[in-house]
Amino acid sequence: MGGKKNAVPQILPKIATGIPGFDELSHGGLPRYRTSLLKGGPGSGKTVFALQSLVNAVRQRQEPGIFVAFEESTRQIIANAASFDWGLPALIKNKLFFLDAKLSPEVVQSGEFDLAGMLAMLKAKKEEIGAKWIVFDGIDVLLTLLQNPISEMREIYRIRDWLADNEVNAAIITAKIDGGTSEIVNYGFIQFMVDCVIRFERRLEHGVALHRLEITKYRGSDFVAGEFPVSFGPSGMEVGAPESAEIRQLASSERVSAGFERLDTMLGGGLFRGSSTLITGVPGTSKTTLAGKFAEAACRRGERTLFVSFDEAADRIARNLTSVGIHLKTHVKSGVLRMYSSRTETIGAEDHLVRLKTLIREHRPRCMVIDPISAIAKTGGIAAARAVANRFIYLAKDEKITVVVTAINEGDEPETETTDLQISTIADTWIHLSYLIRSGERNRALTIIKSRGTWHSNQVRELVLNDVGPMLADVYTAGGEVLMGTLRWEKEGEEKAKTTQRRAEFDHKRHELQAAEADTRARIKALEQDLERQRLELVTYSSDNEARIVSSSDREKELRRIRSADPAGRAATGIVPSPATRRASDSSGNSGRKNKRIAQDAP
Amino acid sequence: MRRKKTTRSASGPAVATVVVLRLYIADNAPNSLRAIANLEAICKEHLKGNFKLEIIDVLETPLRALADGILVTPSLAKMSPSPAAKIVGNLSDKSSVLHALGISVE
Repeated sequence: MGGKKNAVPQILPKIATGIPGFDELSHGGLPRYRTSLLKGGPGSGKTVFALQSLVNAVRQRQEPGIFVAFEESTRQIIANAASFDWGLPALIKNKLFFLDAKLSPEVVQSGEFDLAGMLAMLKAKKEEIGAKWIVFDGIDVLLTLLQNPISEMREIYRIRDWLADNEVNAAIITAKIDGGTSEIVNYGFIQFMVDCVIRFERRLEHGVALHRLEITKYRGSDFVAGEFPVSFGPSGMEVGAPESAEIRQLASSERVSAGFERLDTMLGGGLFRGSSTLITGVPGTSKTTLAGKFAEAACRRGERTLFVSFDEAADRIARNLTSVGIHLKTHVKSGVLRMYSSRTETIGAEDHLVRLKTLIREHRPRCMVIDPISAIAKTGGIAAARAVANRFIYLAKDEKITVVVTAINEGDEPETETTDLQISTIADTWIHLSYLIRSGERNRALTIIKSRGTWHSNQVRELVLNDVGPMLADVYTAGGEVLMGTLRWEKEGEEKAKTTQRRAEFDHKRHELQAAEADTRARIKALEQDLERQRLELVTYSSDNEARIVSSSDREKELRRIRSADPAGRAATGIVPSPATRRASDSSGNSGRKNKRIAQDAP
Repeated sequence: MRRKKTTRSASGPAVATVVVLRLYIADNAPNSLRAIANLEAICKEHLKGNFKLEIIDVLETPLRALADGILVTPSLAKMSPSPAAKIVGNLSDKSSVLHALGISVE
């Protein structure tokens, strides 16, 4: 826009304003030796922009300047600027000249007047102090006094000619022109005669004032188009220029503790140094506790830490965290930890950013907590809040600060991140805390939704708080449902009981088996004894029997001998008794006689 | 410069107080010329020579005009008698000039 493409390429000389962000947007500042117009409604920041440029010119390049105040008295302007660290009163003494060009109400107007005299005076003053910058602040106030469009036009020409004759490094004209409408009839001509036009806007969104700036014209130069947020900090105005598209942060492989060991384990060893972590959850899910634990761990490592809390006093947070075994106060005392708290509604989102920058510059933290970042959304426009929240994180990354931010989401579904800040996409790690309500109990569950560049656990863990700090407990799943709290405790008890019972059963069985074995052994022993006894018995029996046989044959012999029935020789030949013999021996008497007879007949 | 420090005084009746006036002009700018003419007419008609007028060309002595608190030209300052008054413009509105100078019109 505004670029003369057919012209001989020539670098348009520019002069830096020193206003952070603006010199980037305009690719170098205001056009040198030319006039720029700042237009916008009341309180939109025109005067601050002009004055800050002037102050910077003096402080950074020793270029004196003149400030012509048509709308406010010099005293008012100096009082308004007192909140900035510019040291304005000292500059006024020798380097800055303020002309109180506000017509006093006591002055009577009679007929037309012109600026010929004033411009002559300014020329003299310019030469006297060697001014290189000039600001006409609130020119519309003067022009409307002219009461006549022709006179207005004439005086605008006069100013233009004066500026052409009295070359300064930069001239700034500010005019109250609200949304294109103005009391100045010839404001269109003013826009034409200047080389650069910057539009300022102040608007209220949800009761919070938001400031915006847009370069609408820049003759002969390229610039970044679009509306950019303006914020006011202790050093004055700052423009939220878009971040450079290139992301320069170096990825660190160093790990830092996320607060406690089990969480580190779940994260595959901790958080990466310089990474950003988002903790989401509905109110009361211990986001602050988790963030506080991270801060405490950082302090214990001796790393400078910044704890930014919104809408809750730092002191209360420190006290509340003490109840869960997180002690921050000692670290605040030692200076390692800086706690800062602020209300969100009272100032715009961009102002929070400026304050944060200041805090970072002052404290130089390595670790940082912002709790909750979602509070930024209350500071007015959601688009602005979103941009600021993102810049919070980018700012931390640029400074290589490991940052943990918390965000409240109203629903309990992490996928629908209702904070609307959409930080989850830029955060490296996302931990979600939720409640699980079952059997009349509310228990906290912790899940790691993502963690870039590292292994992380996919398990849901129960977050248990006690007076020594947060812990993570395994959860039980039963019938597809996660058990926590009392149910987990019951389940744990149940498991324990089962184990005990199983062990008892096992012992019992073993005893049984042992007994059975012993029994069998005993039985074997008994049987062996039986066997032995039987063998012995057998031996005994055999020898008895032999003895008996021998004795009976002896007896028969004896008997025979006594009876003289048989020759001794014959009886001696048959050792084994023949049945006939036995029969014979069994039956004595008549049969014996008969046998004897037969025996007698046989031979 | 033509009207540089032109001082006109006139001796009127002893009882009448002398009105001391300063007119700041920018050389021969149309409004400045008109202011001189208008003021001279008013003085002639209503002050009857009982006045002291100093015409200062701002282009000649800008730093002095600045020190005097002058912003635009032409500007008329009534130095005495009190109360002091300041009028800007070419003084074409005669009644407002008279009123500001505290001159009652019969």
